[in-house]
Amino acid sequence: MDKAPVAPPDPPPTLAGRTCSIPRSPLHLIPRRGIVGGLRGDRFRTLQAFEEDREAMGSMIEIRGLTKHFGPLRAVDGISLDVKQGEVLGFLGPNGAGKSTAMKMVTGFLAPTSGSVKVCGHDVGAEPVAVKECIGYLPEGAPAYPDMTTEGFLNFIAEIRGFARGEARQRVRTAVQKARLEGVLRQPIETLSKGYKRRVGLAQAILHDPPVLILDEPTDGLDPNQKHEVRSLIREMAPRKAIVLSTHILEEVEALCTRVVIIDRGRLVFDGTPDEFEAKAPAEITSRRMDWVFRSLTSGEHAVAGVGGAA
Amino acid sequence: MKHTMTLFKRELSGYFQTPVAYVFIVIFLLLSGFFTFQVGRLFEAGQASLDSFFTWHPWLYLFLIPAISMRLWAEERRSGTIELLMTLPITMSQAILGKFLAAWAFTGIALLGTFPIWITVYNLGSPDNGAILASYLGSFLMAGSFLAIGSAVSGITKNQVIAFVISVVLCLVFLLIGLPPVTGWMQGILPAFLVDTIASFSFFTHFDTIQRGLLQATDLVFFGSTIVFFLFLNGLILEARKAQ
Repeated sequence: MDKAPVAPPDPPPTLAGRTCSIPRSPLHLIPRRGIVGGLRGDRFRTLQAFEEDREAMGSMIEIRGLTKHFGPLRAVDGISLDVKQGEVLGFLGPNGAGKSTAMKMVTGFLAPTSGSVKVCGHDVGAEPVAVKECIGYLPEGAPAYPDMTTEGFLNFIAEIRGFARGEARQRVRTAVQKARLEGVLRQPIETLSKGYKRRVGLAQAILHDPPVLILDEPTDGLDPNQKHEVRSLIREMAPRKAIVLSTHILEEVEALCTRVVIIDRGRLVFDGTPDEFEAKAPAEITSRRMDWVFRSLTSGEHAVAGVGGAA
Repeated sequence: MKHTMTLFKRELSGYFQTPVAYVFIVIFLLLSGFFTFQVGRLFEAGQASLDSFFTWHPWLYLFLIPAISMRLWAEERRSGTIELLMTLPITMSQAILGKFLAAWAFTGIALLGTFPIWITVYNLGSPDNGAILASYLGSFLMAGSFLAIGSAVSGITKNQVIAFVISVVLCLVFLLIGLPPVTGWMQGILPAFLVDTIASFSFFTHFDTIQRGLLQATDLVFFGSTIVFFLFLNGLILEARKAQ
């Protein structure tokens, strides 16, 4: 057993976050994916043990040749991806690149034109309900029923997710705490600010503690404090889940993600770690290097190698 | 079934969280009263029957039911909540049925609110209570059929006004094809069997029979299958249109 003998009652809560958000710490020498999380229950586990565990586990999301046509338009064009537990995958691309469409197909809202998606081993086409049970999804714009109160809405979600009354209450309470919604429980959702609405959507997505989280622009419209809170929440949940989030904020990728996927005009143009992503910028670019790589990959202004990236 | 009930409860309570429910019920009751007593001259007719009350139901429903059904799916699509709903672990049929049943139950509540008219007639004479009960049932079934049409139409568009107008027109067609002036006109250009077939799809034809106190299986099956057919169509429409 390579479990470390130390079992501190209160493990440092920032472990996962620290290694992620400060890329220039000495820890950056260790491959990033290996140090995400590392906490299971209240025990410390060595990185190696964790890595072995992760290798043993299958992919939570398996996407094969995913394609969606809208008439003549190829919104998503042959994307293949695997997302494992512990990964926080930043899904990037210009507006209209097909990010939301791809996410809608993974969550079973849209049927793909061709290709397949498996979530937690269930095929989306064959077992849509089983897939929906193991996904927490924040759709673009965080839609919610405007006439309902925050509490009423979350109770409805808990009930339709099949929790009995006592457990439903507990689940709603936990989700409310995590999304910091205590102050607006009795307010109709239509009266909430954009930031609160987004957090109601987030609470709805994490309510059943799903193994897979799909978040379409989770921090869009939030102020810097709220962004920070949502990122901490995602980081805290990351080790136990496979998380896919789309964003336009490249700093967010650096702060949060263990993996970057860029799509442009429906095609996958980059798949690698944030470090590999940044390393694609030439040395003479000194600031906003990720922006430079993003622009070069998605507009074709500069000649940069496609899928893969330096290991 | 449990999922359908959860959705049913949410939808039904949703009606009462907004002024929609109260406005609808008040208008429905006022109009029912107005048509029955003023236009239908219930008292002057001197008959202990509710004919002058039920006669107006197809016309009341023609405008009021699409007002209920227009938002069923158009609103979900406009606000994007359809994406939330359809990524919850429920099936399309559960979602459609839950929302439809809630709207139907709501019209049922409005219909029950008309009981004072029955009490009036009951106190003044001895009406045929069986026929009245049958008429209520027929009216409720007809409301369900209008709602199913409206629900399907509501899935076509994000715009509630468009959903309303198309639903009214479609419901109007289902009423008119059984009216004597229209069937008379059709007889001039179509063979008789075709006219009969078309007329047999009219809500009037079937509601009339029930209203006369005749509860026939054919009429019940007609309304039942109309509801099932349009809800099925609703599913196809949503499947095809939800992405836009």
